[in-house]
Amino acid sequence: MSGIEPIVMPKWGLAMQEGLLAEWHVAEGATLTKGQEVADIETSKIANVFESPVGGTLRRLVAGPGDTLPVGALLAVVADASVDDAAIDAFVGDFQARFAADAESAAPPPEPATIEAGGRRLRYLEAGEGDGVPVLFLHGFGGDYLSWMFNQDALAEGRKAYALDLPGHGGSSKEVGEDLRDLKGAVVAFMDAKGIEKAHLVGHSMGGAVSLLMAREDAARVASLALVASGGLGEAINGAYLDGFIKETRGKKLRAVLEQLVADPSMITGEMVDEVVRFKRLDGADAALRKVRAALAEGDRQRGPLRGVLDGLGVPVLVVWGEKDRILPVEQSEGLPDGVKVLRLPDAGHLPHMERAAEVNEAIKAHLAGA
Amino acid sequence: MPKKTYRQAINEALRQEMERDPRVVLMGEDVAGGYGAPGEDDAWGGPLGVTKGLMPIFGRDRVLDTPITEGAFIGAAAGAAATGLRPVAELMFVDFMGVCFDQIFNQAAKFRYMFGGKAVTPLVIRTMYGAGFRAASQHSQCLYPLFTHIPGLKVVLPSNAYEAKGLLIQAIRDDDPVVFFEHKAMYDEEADVPDEAYAIPFGEANVTREGDDVTVITMGRMVNYANQVADKLDKEGIGVTVVDLRTTSPLDRETVLETASETGRVVVVDEAHPRCGMAADIAALVGQECFGSLKAPVRMVTAPHSPVPFSPALEDIYVPGPDRIEAAVRATLDNAVARAAE
Repeated sequence: MSGIEPIVMPKWGLAMQEGLLAEWHVAEGATLTKGQEVADIETSKIANVFESPVGGTLRRLVAGPGDTLPVGALLAVVADASVDDAAIDAFVGDFQARFAADAESAAPPPEPATIEAGGRRLRYLEAGEGDGVPVLFLHGFGGDYLSWMFNQDALAEGRKAYALDLPGHGGSSKEVGEDLRDLKGAVVAFMDAKGIEKAHLVGHSMGGAVSLLMAREDAARVASLALVASGGLGEAINGAYLDGFIKETRGKKLRAVLEQLVADPSMITGEMVDEVVRFKRLDGADAALRKVRAALAEGDRQRGPLRGVLDGLGVPVLVVWGEKDRILPVEQSEGLPDGVKVLRLPDAGHLPHMERAAEVNEAIKAHLAGA
Repeated sequence: MPKKTYRQAINEALRQEMERDPRVVLMGEDVAGGYGAPGEDDAWGGPLGVTKGLMPIFGRDRVLDTPITEGAFIGAAAGAAATGLRPVAELMFVDFMGVCFDQIFNQAAKFRYMFGGKAVTPLVIRTMYGAGFRAASQHSQCLYPLFTHIPGLKVVLPSNAYEAKGLLIQAIRDDDPVVFFEHKAMYDEEADVPDEAYAIPFGEANVTREGDDVTVITMGRMVNYANQVADKLDKEGIGVTVVDLRTTSPLDRETVLETASETGRVVVVDEAHPRCGMAADIAALVGQECFGSLKAPVRMVTAPHSPVPFSPALEDIYVPGPDRIEAAVRATLDNAVARAAE
């Protein structure tokens, strides 16, 4: 029964347990190429386009629009046109019987841990095993460890990968200082507490600026930098976005703010908006966000340029940017020193690591392999 | 995120606010249990165990067992609130509230107004409401419309464990008297509840489902039923918006009117009786302010105008459920179709 391949509900990130098949973009009989966009899938966190993991003739659509299915459930079957229908039926029947048996033992999503470091409680999620130099993910303004839900597992091969909630964010302590150096200090304290001598830093937006500060002031702790739509590389920033994120507490208005983050606004799900509202309600979160906002920028101008850090920096640097970024303009990825690898993604906004996770993961993997 | 029951969420809110603010005290019948009698200390934690574990942490000075004299201890709590404490009084069943109406309606609710704005009354009265417990007509009522009617009181109906923790923390931090309605059938229902403290502001309704065809406005236990109906009808292509009022006083008029105008078809679901109740109140508001947007008459789904029956079979059909909500949503759509055809 060779040549029959299943397309299953993908696992987008550590927390995903099920997904809603919103719509098929293809019909039975279509010829698929690997990587072709075949469906829209919504998770409790985010909606995204699903790219076919295989190529071939689409012989059977098993799941229909509106179906909510667990990760790994059969969505469709791809096989050569020469395979007869009875064989496809048998494949589907066999798959479903085995899948029902497996579902009994499905693992719950991993829960983050907390650690006391530098006098503060920090929350983080740990993934992976191995002796490789660890990866440390640093999220952007208002984010948390889940910002890396599509990346953390993919980049944890042969090494540990930690996604940290910076102070003032997620489940970490809401005490923050007046300066971004305070966040950098928390990263150093976290590395000390976990016994991490050196790490590959993957920083998004504000987390990128924190990574640059690390490279400048604690260079011995930094094995490489992957900067995703990073702060610190230019002056301009969408201050209205930062202010709206802080100010809007109601779903509808906050959604309009968050939609600025992505090229395709339909990616922002109601649950994602709800999670931001819930975070902002935590005691101390609002005050922390206001302080961090003030530390980041004055109006539409970022404080403390960090572009110079990259001049003659002794570690590999990868810069990733979405060309439709409405928070930090993509032009800030231009004119960087020789040796800095730059990946610009045409259909991404300010969250390329979520919007184009597969491409960004490949680029960071190659970057880590060369580091 | 950790899963916690409605009961655990309320207990955690009380504990965190008592840790944060030494002025917060608990009082009520058997909120610890065992006081003045031989036997186990902290034996009860209230009739359904909601406050269990707090007396051993905070002591008898802050977790006060009271006699079965609601008029006395609610009055004492109102006075304590006016003079500097932040009491959380537990009045077991809302059905018993009648014996202390004077303390609540004429005293606590009026202090701010009658003392020229110079007094605040940071009092929370926690109470159980609702049918479904086979407890007959004196232990099953809703009664929140009575309290909503009185200016000076804030009235809160959390619809799940997450809401219960955040709304109770807000209630304790609020400077006005708050009546906090816990549905007795929901104590074991679980939701994701953060370990950290958080407050959900009053007067901000929560839109739990978004759809284009019908708006269901409701509160408390009925929110879950409305969500179930919305999810079911969504599969048929009928879009239902669900509004959880969270607080009936203050009322989030803006969200009510906006969501009502958007769909033009409104169903109000209220577990209480129909006369002078929340359903009638919201229906009147929508009728007056959104008349031009309405495509069908506003429909009310409520309990009947009769006491809660003791017969289990009758009690089961007495409480509004998903079937009646679904039927009302469909009837609202049929009305709209009929009108368009005229």
